[in-house]
Amino acid sequence: MLGTIRQKAVAARSLSSQVLENDLMRLRSVASVMRHYSAGTKEMTVRDALNSALDEEMAADPSVFVMGEEVGEYQGAYKITKGLLDKYGPERVVDTPITEAGFAGIGVGSAYHGLRPVVEFMTFNFSMQAIDHIINSAAKSNYMSAGQINVPIVFRGPNGPAAGVGAQHSQCYGAWYGSVPGLKVLVPYSSEDARGLLKAAIRDPDPVVFLENELLYGESFPVSAEALNSSFCLPIGKAKIEREGKDITITAFSKMVGYALKAAEILEKDGISAEVINLRSIRPLDRATINASVRKTNRLVTVEEGFPQHGIGAEICASVVEDSFGYLDAPVERIAGADVPTPYAANLERMAFPQIEDIVRAARRVCYRKSSIAASA
Amino acid sequence: MSLVRRSSDLLKPFTTAASTTSFLNSRRHFSTDDTTTITVETSVPFTGHNCEPPSRSVDTTPTELMKFFTDMALMRRMEIAADSLYKSKLIRGFCHLYDGQEAVCIGMEAAITKKDCIITAYRDHCIYLGRGGNLLQSFAELMGRQDGCSNGKGGSMHFYKKDACFFGGHGIVGAQVPLGCGLAFAQKYRKEDHVTFAMYGDGAANQGQLFEALNMAALWDLPAILVCENNHYGMGTAEWRAAKSPAYYKRGDYVPGLKVDGMDAFAVKQACKFAKEHALKNGPIILEMDTYRYHGHSMSDPGSTYRTRDEISGVRQERDPIERIRKLVLAHDLATEQQLKDIEKLARKEVDEAIAKAKESPMPAESELFTNVYRKGFGVESFGADRKELRATLP
Repeated sequence: MLGTIRQKAVAARSLSSQVLENDLMRLRSVASVMRHYSAGTKEMTVRDALNSALDEEMAADPSVFVMGEEVGEYQGAYKITKGLLDKYGPERVVDTPITEAGFAGIGVGSAYHGLRPVVEFMTFNFSMQAIDHIINSAAKSNYMSAGQINVPIVFRGPNGPAAGVGAQHSQCYGAWYGSVPGLKVLVPYSSEDARGLLKAAIRDPDPVVFLENELLYGESFPVSAEALNSSFCLPIGKAKIEREGKDITITAFSKMVGYALKAAEILEKDGISAEVINLRSIRPLDRATINASVRKTNRLVTVEEGFPQHGIGAEICASVVEDSFGYLDAPVERIAGADVPTPYAANLERMAFPQIEDIVRAARRVCYRKSSIAASA
Repeated sequence: MSLVRRSSDLLKPFTTAASTTSFLNSRRHFSTDDTTTITVETSVPFTGHNCEPPSRSVDTTPTELMKFFTDMALMRRMEIAADSLYKSKLIRGFCHLYDGQEAVCIGMEAAITKKDCIITAYRDHCIYLGRGGNLLQSFAELMGRQDGCSNGKGGSMHFYKKDACFFGGHGIVGAQVPLGCGLAFAQKYRKEDHVTFAMYGDGAANQGQLFEALNMAALWDLPAILVCENNHYGMGTAEWRAAKSPAYYKRGDYVPGLKVDGMDAFAVKQACKFAKEHALKNGPIILEMDTYRYHGHSMSDPGSTYRTRDEISGVRQERDPIERIRKLVLAHDLATEQQLKDIEKLARKEVDEAIAKAKESPMPAESELFTNVYRKGFGVESFGADRKELRATLP
């Protein structure tokens, strides 16, 4: 560790003392985290996971900077960037006006010239103001320039519904960005996912759309010692089998992974063993893992919060029909957000998004079981 | 139940009650007095950009002065009650409160008609009330009940009242400005003699789409009035940290502008009257209302991490819009302190009654999930989360 610090100190003279201090602070903070959790399982909220990932990547690479609304002095609208301004200063933690098209464009432009911006959208609903830059300026540049101009930018922020925020603040953009070649689209669920995928995204030379979830920020997950290491990275494009099973495959991402796991527990009592796949990556989509699982279980339910038409589930279904048709024992079932703008009223909002019982019901259908809650004796 | 009728109802008890006040003996009957002219001076003169500012002498009547007080007191009460409802989790999601800014919407309404259009962002509860909206529908909407002005489907940020030309209630910062210019486009297209007030904040003032729409409004002489409610903070970011030039009334460059004390309802009224006349003849104009919000950006924002409590209480003491009207009412002998307190008490009672009634309103029927997706659905199918379990035909 010290050797690396000395090397960095020599190589980057102007930043040497800053880098040194950052590395030492990082060592101290990681050490304190480990001391704090030394007894028993280490747990970390998704918020802290994202914050620590940003912190470590900014310390490791001076070209990484954060830009967005309220990321600096306000400590982040959802506190994801808390403490970063104090540590890295206003040149590397940049508060912007409420002008998404402008600052997304500025971010992409800075990436053209070698910086590694992490652009925060307060929610991805606001990314629609900037979508031209994400797609036309970032995603397509490497291709159009025959490899001269790559765009090492990360667009991150909360995606999908929260709680009672209404039609204009609840949309999931997974399918929209997932359809664009040139983009990478990541969807973390747990704290390990958040850390590993964000670090991978920042290090990746291509534009990454990093879709978080507001309701997961406060959730705690156990993290391995390996995940706490500053060099921890998860591979982009690889899904994770969260729970092994043999009767049915359930694919999900982000908050729906938690719902799918709960559904799997309920199904277990019914004698249905569900395999839950945490996609982690929408683009590239891990078709291999999904197909291998379906070839094992022969049944598939896809789960997502976004609108159903042209959604993630539609793509997964097509992939399975193309590659593993002979293995399917039942039609693929899709559970998705309702095909309506998000209502505000609590009872309607509940109907507008997948609930655990929807996943259980679809799983039972796919196993040709009746949808009765009371399990037969 | 419109606000206009309400205020004259409120004033009736004072003229007929044989109560403890010596009101009947020593006060003029102000309740129907809209003929006496009172001239009020605005707090500060207007500052013009590329235009000759209007006079700071504003004519009003006792009726109007009392109405300003009564209406603002009701709005203030409504917002404070919403704060409590949010904290008791009866209001969910986002809730952006307007207390402190009431003079902008009250002054504006005094200068215009219900055929002039208003569009604003998400800090819309009082604008809705000003347009003739109903307390019960407001609280029911906030609580997501079927008697809400959007049947519970919109929520705090999506109040509308089309029959009074109030076009919402928008969640995406800045979007309402081009939309407002579009309303003005339609007004001109149809040769109406009306204007549109497109309201936005200092945070939205830097949005590119505003300048795109303003350019077209100027090019095509649209009767669009852009009203910047400058409460000096875009969420947690002070205006000087977001704008190279926070002189928003000048930002239209070739479009004239006026800087107005937004805490002075009469200054607002004068400015809006001036702007309407201008827009009908010469196209767009920008009004910058210097105002202040007592609450944070929303109920999720304490509002004290980026500004001092001294600043907030300072504004409350020196510039509160309701206090300003109270002083004018007392100075012109239109009512006693006690009578004004009684009006405020009545406002509280009205709000409490509306909340109680709103609480009784049921949640929308489940079938409402699928209504109003389209105006004309052609019998197309729509689906719930489990498409095999819940589907509907859109009419």
